[in-house]
Amino acid sequence: MIRKVVCYVDTRTGTAPFLRKALRYLFPDHWSFLLGEIALYAFIVLVATGVYLTFFFVDSRQDVVYHGPYAPLQGQHMSEAYRSVLDISMTVKAGLLIRQTHHWAANVFLAAVILHLFRVFFTGAYRKPRELTWLIGVTMLMLALLEAYIGYSMVDDLMSGMGLVIGYAVGLSIPFVGANLMGWLFHGPFPGGAVLIPRLYIAHVLIFPVLIAVLLTLHLVLVALRHHSQFRGRRQTERTVIGIPLYPGQTPRSLGLMLSVAGVLFLLGGLVQINPIWLWGPFHTYISTNGAQPDWYLGWLIGGLRLMPGFDVTIGHYTLIPGPFWGGALFPLVVFGFLYFWPYVERKLTGDVAFHNLLDRPRDNPRRTGIGVGMVTWVFLVFVAGSSDRVQVLFGLSYTGQIWFYRVAVLVLPVVAGLVAAWVCRQLVRGEQIEEDRRRAETEGRLELASRFDQA
Amino acid sequence: MGKARDAFLSGVVLLLGRRRTPPQPDAHLLPPAPKHTRAETVAIALLFIAALCAAAFPVVYFVGSIPAKTQYLGLSIGLALLFLAAALIVAAQSVIPTEELAHAYPPDEHEEDEEYVARLVEESGKGFTRRGLFKLGLVSAGGALGVAALVPAVSFGPLGVEEFYGTPWRKGRRLVDENDVPLRADDIDEKALYTAFPEGADKEEQGSAVVVVRLPRSSLKLSGQVEGYDADGIVAYSKLCTHAGCAISLYRAPLFAPEEPRPALVCPCHYSTFDPADGGSVTFGPAGRRLPMLPLAIDGKGELRARGNFDGPVGPSWWGVRERRPSP
Repeated sequence: MIRKVVCYVDTRTGTAPFLRKALRYLFPDHWSFLLGEIALYAFIVLVATGVYLTFFFVDSRQDVVYHGPYAPLQGQHMSEAYRSVLDISMTVKAGLLIRQTHHWAANVFLAAVILHLFRVFFTGAYRKPRELTWLIGVTMLMLALLEAYIGYSMVDDLMSGMGLVIGYAVGLSIPFVGANLMGWLFHGPFPGGAVLIPRLYIAHVLIFPVLIAVLLTLHLVLVALRHHSQFRGRRQTERTVIGIPLYPGQTPRSLGLMLSVAGVLFLLGGLVQINPIWLWGPFHTYISTNGAQPDWYLGWLIGGLRLMPGFDVTIGHYTLIPGPFWGGALFPLVVFGFLYFWPYVERKLTGDVAFHNLLDRPRDNPRRTGIGVGMVTWVFLVFVAGSSDRVQVLFGLSYTGQIWFYRVAVLVLPVVAGLVAAWVCRQLVRGEQIEEDRRRAETEGRLELASRFDQA
Repeated sequence: MGKARDAFLSGVVLLLGRRRTPPQPDAHLLPPAPKHTRAETVAIALLFIAALCAAAFPVVYFVGSIPAKTQYLGLSIGLALLFLAAALIVAAQSVIPTEELAHAYPPDEHEEDEEYVARLVEESGKGFTRRGLFKLGLVSAGGALGVAALVPAVSFGPLGVEEFYGTPWRKGRRLVDENDVPLRADDIDEKALYTAFPEGADKEEQGSAVVVVRLPRSSLKLSGQVEGYDADGIVAYSKLCTHAGCAISLYRAPLFAPEEPRPALVCPCHYSTFDPADGGSVTFGPAGRRLPMLPLAIDGKGELRARGNFDGPVGPSWWGVRERRPSP
């Protein structure tokens, strides 16, 4: 039977030699190599659940009155879009499960992507010949952030609208073209025209997913063409890759991981509430609520907006660069600029143009680790600052006091954290050397002792 | 009937009967599998548990009397997937042979092939005598086509910014609440925040909503352009924050005295704070300019009316926005 299938496939496609090679493709084994895989599987769950949701979502801002089963909203004016998501959550059987699983999958996807990025950065996996893989990965992270943001913006609940207007204001603040660009995209000033939600919708379900899927494919093809990198080992060298073959070793393991990711996501979707949009109510431009927080992966941007003191560049009565530009546009631009250019900056700094199939351990490269820890600290502090209003509510710490603390901390702590990380790396390496020397000395001593004993 | 039973029985025998290993060729591709019959049993059990969990899904879905469907559906499909995953991982660890192999990395480069491709491309262009001109033509055609392809996108929306200055407020327009009931000056109490709209206008438009508060007349510090914009201590400002455009829905009447002795309008998005007594000036937070103020009057019936438009553009700023703009 198996022979027949293989024979059929080979005679029709001529791919048996390729299959033979592909099935024996090697996967080096390390837990941190699974992070990217988790992201891939979360993406698959996102697509599957997302397709289901498209059959129920209505991309319209048409004003309707709610008459559904959720009593607190009955009789309220809202957009058809928001009503359709209420219906998905309340009246479509299994609708809420799929919607919550979709939202959880988005969170897990971004978390896995970011951890994967950390892994690749701190082990130097982006070095030649894998720079393109890195650039594509960073681009996918940017697209994924936008895709997630658009996803919860098009629901048109109160949180969506508040997030959307902030995004609009950040877009508006872009020098020279901001207002023209936003007026063009939204079809007029906020809240824009009737076309806005259809535009968000098509971007969310077609344009961005297709872009991500294409880049994802390219990312994986590039990985496979150059083969996986690996940590140095007794047998692992720059020329020899050691690993478990795709078949039979890796296949059940990877499938198991995929099913685990999907299983956990469905459990979360079924058991742990996320974004209960019926509690937020419909969005109107003149309504907002206190204590609103974006999804965590955009927390660094709200933090940037809150931390930046009011500073508009003005000439006379004309504003040139409005304040939201610094925290909302320039800050992420700097972070992504760093990610895009870092491989080339590092190459310039070290003059290292060699091929690297072996990974560094973070301690092996104190400078890279220090700079990376500094960057992570910087973004993380801004992220934490974004939730200082909740900290005030929970712990009673003054909001203004916290903001002033963070304004100083984001300038000081990244440098401190970076220096400490680099120092720790050097100490670890030194410790290893001492250990090594001791072992060598002990061996030599033992040998010498033995030879003296012999002489005696 | 008998045939069906025979087929069923032979199927059961085939499924349950331990397969006799077929004669194998001497050279194996794979190392011998670890011999864990227990693990195989566990994997099979896990598969059937997964099947049971998944089978619960349609039951929960269709049986109307089962409550909390989202939770049970999630449990069913989630556990089914996890048990399936567990079965595969058990099989991978203890039934399927796992090899650790060594392969050579692909060569860093293929110099001969690189040379071949480069020469191929070079030689293909040998026939051109005016290469520069041909390239210019290519670039022109490609560029012009690219521009032409992008032009339809202009239809997306207006490129001008004139619309951004527009608001529905005009001289004499009444202030109404969310239910279109006119606001009466006598009903405006101190230490309370009211939201008002221009009568008959689209409430969703950015320039529509205003916040209305009453302050002691002695505390007002309205000077310059906004001098006299209040009506008997009642002041109105655009409800949209000049920072990022969220609605200003928090009013800190002096509850925080003595730490924060002055009333303040606060935006909950990034906590820009504005002083309603001082023409909406920024006292804290990231906002870069003060709130646009709406001049008010009280008409003969005691209702609030606008005496003109805002003294500045509403909502978030953009490149080149005029901070002060005379009312139309």
